[in-house]
Amino acid sequence: MAQQDNSPPDCDLAAIVARHGGDSHNLVQILRCVQERCGTLPARAIDELARRLGLPRVRVEAAASFYHFFHAESHGAYEVLFCDNIIDEFHGRAELMQYFCERLWLEVGKVSEDGLVYVNTTSDIGLADQAPAALINGYLVPSLDKARIDLIAEMVRQRRPLAQWPSLLFDVADNVRQPGPLLADGYTPGEALHAALALGPEGVLEELARADLRGRGGAGFRTALKWSSCRRAPGGAHYVVCNADEGEPGTFKDRVLLQRHADLVFDGMTLCAHVIGARQGFLYLRGEYRHLLEHLEAVLARRRAQGLLGRGIMGRAGFDFDIAIHLGAGAYICGEESALIESLEGKPGKPRNRPPYPNTEGYRGQPTVVNNVETFACAARIALLGGEWFVGLGTGQSTGTKLLSVSGDCKRPGIYEYPFGVPVRQVLHDCGAADAQAVQVGGPSGTLVSWREFDRRIAFEDVPGAGAFMVFSRERDMFEVARNFSHFFARESCGFCTPCRVGTSLLRQTMDKLAAGKGSAYDMDIMKQLMHILKTMSHCGLGHTAANPIVEAMADFPEAFERRLKALDFEPAFDLDGALQTARLITGRDDAWAHIVAAAECDDRGACALPPSSDSP
Amino acid sequence: MTQTFLLDGREVPFRDGQTIMEAAAAAGVYIPHLCHHPEFKPHGSCKLCTVDIDGRRGAACTNRAVAGVRVQSETAELNADRLTLVQMLFVEGNHICPSCEKSGNCQLQAVAYRLGMTTPHFSHFYPLRDVDASHPDVLLERNRCILCELCVRASRDADGKNVFAVGGRGIRARLIVNAASGRLADTDLAADDRAVQVCPTGALLRKRQGFAVPIGRRLFDLQPIDAVGPGQESGGEG
Repeated sequence: MAQQDNSPPDCDLAAIVARHGGDSHNLVQILRCVQERCGTLPARAIDELARRLGLPRVRVEAAASFYHFFHAESHGAYEVLFCDNIIDEFHGRAELMQYFCERLWLEVGKVSEDGLVYVNTTSDIGLADQAPAALINGYLVPSLDKARIDLIAEMVRQRRPLAQWPSLLFDVADNVRQPGPLLADGYTPGEALHAALALGPEGVLEELARADLRGRGGAGFRTALKWSSCRRAPGGAHYVVCNADEGEPGTFKDRVLLQRHADLVFDGMTLCAHVIGARQGFLYLRGEYRHLLEHLEAVLARRRAQGLLGRGIMGRAGFDFDIAIHLGAGAYICGEESALIESLEGKPGKPRNRPPYPNTEGYRGQPTVVNNVETFACAARIALLGGEWFVGLGTGQSTGTKLLSVSGDCKRPGIYEYPFGVPVRQVLHDCGAADAQAVQVGGPSGTLVSWREFDRRIAFEDVPGAGAFMVFSRERDMFEVARNFSHFFARESCGFCTPCRVGTSLLRQTMDKLAAGKGSAYDMDIMKQLMHILKTMSHCGLGHTAANPIVEAMADFPEAFERRLKALDFEPAFDLDGALQTARLITGRDDAWAHIVAAAECDDRGACALPPSSDSP
Repeated sequence: MTQTFLLDGREVPFRDGQTIMEAAAAAGVYIPHLCHHPEFKPHGSCKLCTVDIDGRRGAACTNRAVAGVRVQSETAELNADRLTLVQMLFVEGNHICPSCEKSGNCQLQAVAYRLGMTTPHFSHFYPLRDVDASHPDVLLERNRCILCELCVRASRDADGKNVFAVGGRGIRARLIVNAASGRLADTDLAADDRAVQVCPTGALLRKRQGFAVPIGRRLFDLQPIDAVGPGQESGGEG
């Protein structure tokens, strides 16, 4: 299989490798470029990259086979990936995808016979406010309906290059419904940096500590502590990494921040560099946000021209710092900071053993600050406006404001900025969700808030998370929500540790068994056991939280599970009667003796009511 | 002065930088494990050596010993959870002990015996996995691979060859070899490489040695896995 060579002659590997400095740490970026240029990563390209980078071939293949968006076989001229987050599912993803397949005679997961199109599903792509959505040749296509599918099918049929498609197909809306101080307009690039230079590194740390800023990625680690320990950590170089691998289903705030407030984020990164003494920074941009790349590169180029990046920033001798953009390739796990660093180093995105933490041993083993996009934006505002201002917003343990990515069953999905502590009920009112039965806050790894708890507040001390806010109305089946999330975690598990690799697949399998009407109370016990194993024995946060949506849905909506149970004790996943079907077809029989008797027809002692034996052979 | 920590109530001495697993092994205390081998860099993937460290769970093979901490290992709860992990490994692959040449020398089997495994408990996955018999001296039987990456580490760090890696992701992760053809025969693996010897299961087997030692007289037939010294679990070849 691996021997097949279908690489076009013009892959130009030499130039791509040279552009990345011939450095094997850039392997993931190199693979991305090769795939973008050639459409595939054929065996011959893997060979040549291994040779040119001086890596064992098996290491190149390991990286190439880890990421969803890399593939050895051609996906044709058009790769269409429908997002299958639960919001898209509830907005008709399956029907639209089937419609598209019928229009073009396609089969899911296979390249069309003419080698033109490939269709499949993908995990959340950061467009839950514009669902259903798809990724076409790596570019976001929001708000799909039949008319848009017709248009896409027509473009494909005419074999038009993507650049000639109507641009409206790719118009991603920002949907900022409620801006606050973080999203305020009128920011001058460099403003926060200027303030930070006046404060000096210790001054900035004092303001961050006064502000009590906590990480916006969900874990809520105190930023001042992270930066000061990184600043103190010995190392040949220090690094700043901005985590824009926004993969948590239902989250899309970082897409909007980078689209509209990139300077604020880059100022935040640059002032962090000033504090910790870094000369190099990285923006780890998820592959799904490929459409932002040119815009962000242009902002970086302008900043270099303005003296806000490069050598002697703002005229300060010795303050040298630059930012490179690293594109992901489809891997939710890379949002975990140590997996992200592995990916930055050109390896499969598998979380490291911790400690040591990145602030002492991160990128290339050097002290590294990894923060969320929103955290850097907050840090910039704090440098400018002071910690006192920030601490005046929010609650005791959760200062400042939080961006919420609101999606699902509401009239006005989009971005809402609130001071921390806002009750769930308030958000539901503001976004026009009149009939909600539950909200998934913080995505699948977050918290399910049922209608009984709508007075709970968005805050680290109550309902934390990166700010996904998926609304489910009363007509939605909460079992299907949990089942969708079980599929998500099984697909996104990196496979490193036993509990998560096997446990997430067992959970998916059990949820599917229940969905097929073959569940029993025994399966509920199996899931509870798996939850315990995942939570207490997994290697990283993905595994620790992978069972949460099922546990919480079972607790809050038990009826959604119970009505699917066929028996109260045990029901085999294996269909005994179904297994006889081939034999029945061969023998041409369909009489009662050719079927397994249902357990319900047997008495306590195992005697079963069989039909009279007259018609048996 | 020697530093110590408490392991199941017993004082265990350790040197700076030693992991809980290393200190326990030096003191003659067995902690169940599969991906750990004293000669190679700790990996922390099988999670069998999960212990309770002052009320928080962590892998004994990757967590450093700290003076004064209380570590619990031989508790009913931890062993029950370890048993579940072993059952998960059994249903994930295709393990058929009675017909496996590694039976009796297999650490997966031996640790399952020690934890009292009598059934697989979960539904079998029955995955389709490639068997690679191309190499003249070594059989690669992916059905029995538990992705511990001992061969990956041994080939890289002891043999200096980089014959193996784990490719793919999640439940589709699989052992891949360093050849464009994907065949073991096209790598520079040799029969006496450490990589072949350290395999804890029957995923890497030397050819033409089948049943040279009859079942019943093999390593774990003669003594349970916790009685075999650290690093000796990979048997006579190791």
